[in-house]
Amino acid sequence: MYSKMLSLRFPKKTANKPVVYSLVKKFDLTFNIMKATIYPREEGFMVMELSGHKTNFQRGIRYLKSLGIQVDSIGQDIRRDDRKCFQCGACTAVCPTGALYVKRPQMEVLFDRDKCSACELCVSACPAKAMEIRFNKALLS
Amino acid sequence: MPKASFSRTIEEINKKIRAGKAVVVTAEQMGEIVKKSGPEKAAKEVDVVTTGTFSPMCSSGAFINFGHSKPTTKASKVWLNGVPAYAGLAAVDIYIGATEPTEDDPLNRVHPGQFKYGGGHVIQDLVAGKKVELLATAYGTDCYPNREIKKKVTISDLPYAMLFNPRNAYQNYNCAVNLTNKTIYTYMGVLKPHAGNANFATAGQLSPLLNDPYYRAIGLGTRIFIGGAKGHVVGPGTQHNPRAARGPNGVPLSPAGTIMVMGDMKAMDPRWVAGVSMLGYGCSLAVGIGIPIPVLDADMARFTGVTDEEIFTQIIDYGGDYPKGQAHSLGKVSYAELKSGSIRFNGSDVPTVPVSSYVRALEIANILKGWIERGEFLLTQPVEGLPSVERAE
Repeated sequence: MYSKMLSLRFPKKTANKPVVYSLVKKFDLTFNIMKATIYPREEGFMVMELSGHKTNFQRGIRYLKSLGIQVDSIGQDIRRDDRKCFQCGACTAVCPTGALYVKRPQMEVLFDRDKCSACELCVSACPAKAMEIRFNKALLS
Repeated sequence: MPKASFSRTIEEINKKIRAGKAVVVTAEQMGEIVKKSGPEKAAKEVDVVTTGTFSPMCSSGAFINFGHSKPTTKASKVWLNGVPAYAGLAAVDIYIGATEPTEDDPLNRVHPGQFKYGGGHVIQDLVAGKKVELLATAYGTDCYPNREIKKKVTISDLPYAMLFNPRNAYQNYNCAVNLTNKTIYTYMGVLKPHAGNANFATAGQLSPLLNDPYYRAIGLGTRIFIGGAKGHVVGPGTQHNPRAARGPNGVPLSPAGTIMVMGDMKAMDPRWVAGVSMLGYGCSLAVGIGIPIPVLDADMARFTGVTDEEIFTQIIDYGGDYPKGQAHSLGKVSYAELKSGSIRFNGSDVPTVPVSSYVRALEIANILKGWIERGEFLLTQPVEGLPSVERAE
């Protein structure tokens, strides 16, 4: 079983195509959509966890790219700026996966990137603005 | 009353500090010492207990004098990095408040607003030595003819920059829940519907005024750690309310005392002065404050030995009751429970969320401990006490 959290950026011409359906039907993959939105100029943006056999996963990614969709792995791309974070813990109220959590009894606020679903809720909820989104690396080969 | 036994004065403590012989512990350590040895023995062993807090506190700001221009200016409106400052003072004096947003901030027009930059951030940028754009407009007078100043300034260009917070270091604060059916955005952080989380905001056993419940040691003139520098308590803070209900140990059971504090921004460190953006609420400032408490006698040892199990606060509904101005307690909870990760509320386990940094509070208490141990920081006798109440004993 292979699984990754992905961000997909759809150009205008593909935003109305049932792409996720094809991923399931043609490549036997399962998905969990975290976020999906169409921007005013009709480009689409989606965050989803995609899982399945590794070979199928890679074929699925190739299919997405062939449609002109920009695919990025984003699990590693929510970062915490540890100079800005002052360890209050306010982020733990909104983190749905427990990636941000309080270590007790020290009350240290820790960030486990492996658990991060890149939902971005912490980015605006962090009082110190220490959580950053970085789309600078296309980590998929 | 027990017989008057052991006691010491602040002068005696300072003598020991100067000689490098003072015994200084943090309020966290004092809890263990008092639990183990009792307050009488602890009072003999320990001279000073250090406390700390690092939390957003909206009632903060800075008095700044930005120096005269040539020709001279009587500034009537002033902005720092686009954030309006209060200029209804002398010609080039201003007060910048922590919660003032940038002039063109969209605020809550798209709810919840992000409040990315405001007065608290200006203060942090100045302390960090960053360049800040100063814009001043004036109507012009015979003695101050200039109509506008626009320049970049750093803190070293400013003749005077004093952090001056009307209210800090709240002695206890509410535990916030939201009983409505949608998420709300408050100064206590994000509160999920149906009491999805319970937020709390003091450092509990480390918090300065919770270790001096009747303000025996903390008053006007008390020297403190503020923003990484030495500063002072200058009186009771706004909303100082010594008459809040108290437990048998004297510790208030709801928000009570506050202090007004000041410190020279030029001596501060941005690690301890952090601009804050509370989603959907506004801008603020988190300031690190640490106060040393002299162990004058067994009574003070008992007070400073207070632990999270013995400090309680009230659960308040910020979804319905609080905004109506009808806040009332939905239950009492200890800081030990709040720090454990969940509390029992209305028959279910509710995850707890701190909005005050315990890690930083402890770091402050330890820094202050080091200063005192090395003889760099002496204790002060307050010139005037804070308004207090008779002790119910």
